[in-house]
Amino acid sequence: MMGKLAALLRRDLGLLLLGGRRGGTVLPLLFFLSVAMLFPFAIGPDAALLARTGGGVIWVAALLAAILPLDRLIEPDMELGFFDQWALRGVAEEWTVAVRMVAHWLSFGPPLMLATLPAAALLGLDGTALRLVELGLLAGTPGLAALGVTVAALTAGLRGGAALAGLLVIPLAVPLLIFGAGSLATGGEGGLALTGAVSLVLLAIAPCAAGAAIRAERG
Amino acid sequence: MQACHLAADDLACRRGDRLLFRGLSLRLSPGQALHVAGANGIGKSSLIRILAGLARPYSGTVDRSGAAGLVDDRPALDPHLPLGRALGFWQRIDGPADNAAARLGLNHLLDVPVRYLSTGQKKRAALARLIGQSAPVWLLDEPLNGLDSDAARLTEQLAAEHCAGGGICVIASHQAFTLPGMDRLALSAFAP
Repeated sequence: MMGKLAALLRRDLGLLLLGGRRGGTVLPLLFFLSVAMLFPFAIGPDAALLARTGGGVIWVAALLAAILPLDRLIEPDMELGFFDQWALRGVAEEWTVAVRMVAHWLSFGPPLMLATLPAAALLGLDGTALRLVELGLLAGTPGLAALGVTVAALTAGLRGGAALAGLLVIPLAVPLLIFGAGSLATGGEGGLALTGAVSLVLLAIAPCAAGAAIRAERG
Repeated sequence: MQACHLAADDLACRRGDRLLFRGLSLRLSPGQALHVAGANGIGKSSLIRILAGLARPYSGTVDRSGAAGLVDDRPALDPHLPLGRALGFWQRIDGPADNAAARLGLNHLLDVPVRYLSTGQKKRAALARLIGQSAPVWLLDEPLNGLDSDAARLTEQLAAEHCAGGGICVIASHQAFTLPGMDRLALSAFAP
């Protein structure tokens, strides 16, 4: 079983990581950086205002960037028949989506945290705020990845699934946003801990929900 | 070959609000083959998916022992990868399959990306994947679609060897499929 899962992870990473065919990394990253770049243009060069709102902007940009790769996460493998073949080999859908979550997080979580450095410079965040944003993203992006894979599985095969996926992720990601961005305002560890807690809940639910969704769509 | 058997009892299948077939029972023991015949849309693919355990019957039960290998119109090979690496992914899961590709005449295509392969070549690749899986129960959904006559004979020969080795073969096809000792199940007899 572990050998099978390792083979799955290897394939998923090849597809999702930088230069992979499903473009999971580059496009969201560019999108994230362009939001961080556009924001100072829109509200003007008021350094104090930028520094106060910058952390929240980074969080919103990260959340929106996480929506971009959703339509390539599950649907192509379903159309190609991969999930059926895995099921026939006794690899339950829960495992395949759990592996996909790991690969998806690796392809967008750490790159996003790296891209936060230039984004924080553009927005004029100080060291303390940057540290809180980075820790918040570290706690929150696994939850975003879990949510992304779940919603991708739920909307795979639907007409207009990509747009629907975006609409479904946003409300469900609100708790992450509130606690993650909220930790900036309070400056406390409590917000980070709650962000991590929301992530853990999402991570626990996601494999079962996404696995059930894939089985249900098989019909 | 591990021991295998495949039995279905009083199966019924519904797509949407249309009943496709009902009262279907079958029993296959090692070495047996079954040709599921019938017109388009009569439920051949649905029956194959029910036997594979991928779809639930509307009523009835399926009892299968032994892993099932499925070949249908989706090859489950990454379109952008060269064929050799796309098959290599399945070999990492199923174990090495040394001469499956050579047997199906794919050796000169191993460097070609899967998306450039023709329908028939993709079908051969799917058969190579099936051989590599070494599952005792073969479920083939329209295995001859897109194959030229040589490849079609080869597929029939592979199925015959599989059954001779103690495997079970279920072939859903509207085309003729020649296999010694194969039973025929006309699905139209179970239409409501």
